[in-house]
Amino acid sequence: MPLIKVDNLRKTYYLKRHQIEAVKGVSFEIQEGEIFGLLGPNGAGKTTTIGMLTTRVGITSGEALIGGVSVKQKVAVKRAIAVVPQMLTLDRSLTARENLIFHAKYFGVGKDEREQKADELLGWLNLSDRQDDFISSFSGGMSQRLMIARALMHKPKVLFLDEATTGLDPQSRRLLWDKIRELHSLGQTIFLTTHYMDEADTLCDRVAIMDEGKVLAIDKPHNLKKLVKDKEEPTLEDVFIQLTGKGLRE
Amino acid sequence: MQTFLALIERDIRVLRRDFLDFATRIIVQPFLFVFVFGYVLPGIGQVKPGYVNLLLPGILAASMMMAGVQGTAIPLSTEFGYTKEIEDRLMSPISTPALIAQKITMGTLQAWIAAALVFPIAWLIMRNNLHISISSFPLLFVFILLVGLASAGWGLALGTIIDPFKLPIMFATMVIPAIFLGATYYPWKALAKIKWLQELILINPMVYASEGFRSVITPQIPHIPWFLSVLGLLAGIVFLTYLGVRGFLKRAYS
Repeated sequence: MPLIKVDNLRKTYYLKRHQIEAVKGVSFEIQEGEIFGLLGPNGAGKTTTIGMLTTRVGITSGEALIGGVSVKQKVAVKRAIAVVPQMLTLDRSLTARENLIFHAKYFGVGKDEREQKADELLGWLNLSDRQDDFISSFSGGMSQRLMIARALMHKPKVLFLDEATTGLDPQSRRLLWDKIRELHSLGQTIFLTTHYMDEADTLCDRVAIMDEGKVLAIDKPHNLKKLVKDKEEPTLEDVFIQLTGKGLRE
Repeated sequence: MQTFLALIERDIRVLRRDFLDFATRIIVQPFLFVFVFGYVLPGIGQVKPGYVNLLLPGILAASMMMAGVQGTAIPLSTEFGYTKEIEDRLMSPISTPALIAQKITMGTLQAWIAAALVFPIAWLIMRNNLHISISSFPLLFVFILLVGLASAGWGLALGTIIDPFKLPIMFATMVIPAIFLGATYYPWKALAKIKWLQELILINPMVYASEGFRSVITPQIPHIPWFLSVLGLLAGIVFLTYLGVRGFLKRAYS
């Protein structure tokens, strides 16, 4: 049984004078322990799709299940997932460690477990020596690592990384890649979106390419590359451009 | 419930850490009002000494309202705005109504702390001319509860509807006028001489806060009957909270 099952998911925004079909019947499944990448140009419907899966965007029609639970059951789904977005959403009024501890408290993690988990994650993400600092002094890479640590505090079934490496320097990005691979080896299911094709290629077991609200292709990266016939060693970016075109998206 | 309590604990941790700033923000303005209007002016014979009896309930209402509005609107506006901290709260395993209730609880709590800080200071400065005769303690607690809730509801509405960078202008054009035109420094019944103003300000929940406290703390001063003040406050709570909930849902979900 897949951990995530998305069936003919649609989202239409009804505005005053017109309506926008942001997602037009998307279906896919993600197995437990898989790293799944959702790629697409700006306005493709990625953010709306991830928004529906993470309970923040209402579904117009179709269904999405996480661990067999409909995403319409918000509280139950929120217990099963964690989201690391591109933007910094850490609690600026708390120290790094307090960010983790309070997050775990929100999820009802017991005292001993949350203290131990915080120690473990702060060490794993090279943040132990800054744990008592407020995050205003943190670099982008440190903040992003702390957001991953926070997300893992309640042991989510699915970790959503929504363009989580955008804007980071190459060293920070590579460090996060290593951590994502480590999580993968431990069986963590990861759903990621990114604009970096090399990132999707190196990390993802399978990739879906989306545009104009539809999934255009979904497969393992090396299988997708076979779609490009006019290059000897095509990259995932070549596949992406072939499927979504070269036109600029605003 | 555990998430609700953990969120409250987080807010109290932050409030305790910044308590000096919070207390200063809460105390300075009422202190100056009480000092000038309740001590200096009666002292130099510019107002009648009995004015302090009129002033105390209004100062109490205004301090609570300010604390509750600020305590709810400012964090919410920044959390929804540039810090995006609301994301972590929204993704915690709590229903949206419970999350909104948590914000209202914290705003109400801050209004109560304001009452606990301002009342003794006001009493200390104006005690020589004060004639307090609390008519009913249960009713006093009802007003403390309702004024706290009204202030938090108002803060919820402002914090979810207004962008953070527009908050100062909203305080200048909405909150401050509501306090000045809220029967704070004068009794509502005395406005009979300016009929249009007396009727116009009945839409202002502050009027019922000030008059409600007047009816239980200094009942010797003509006031709106307590049950009408209770009704006025309840109407204000329902309306402002409705606006706030609508604003919250609009900002949080699409």
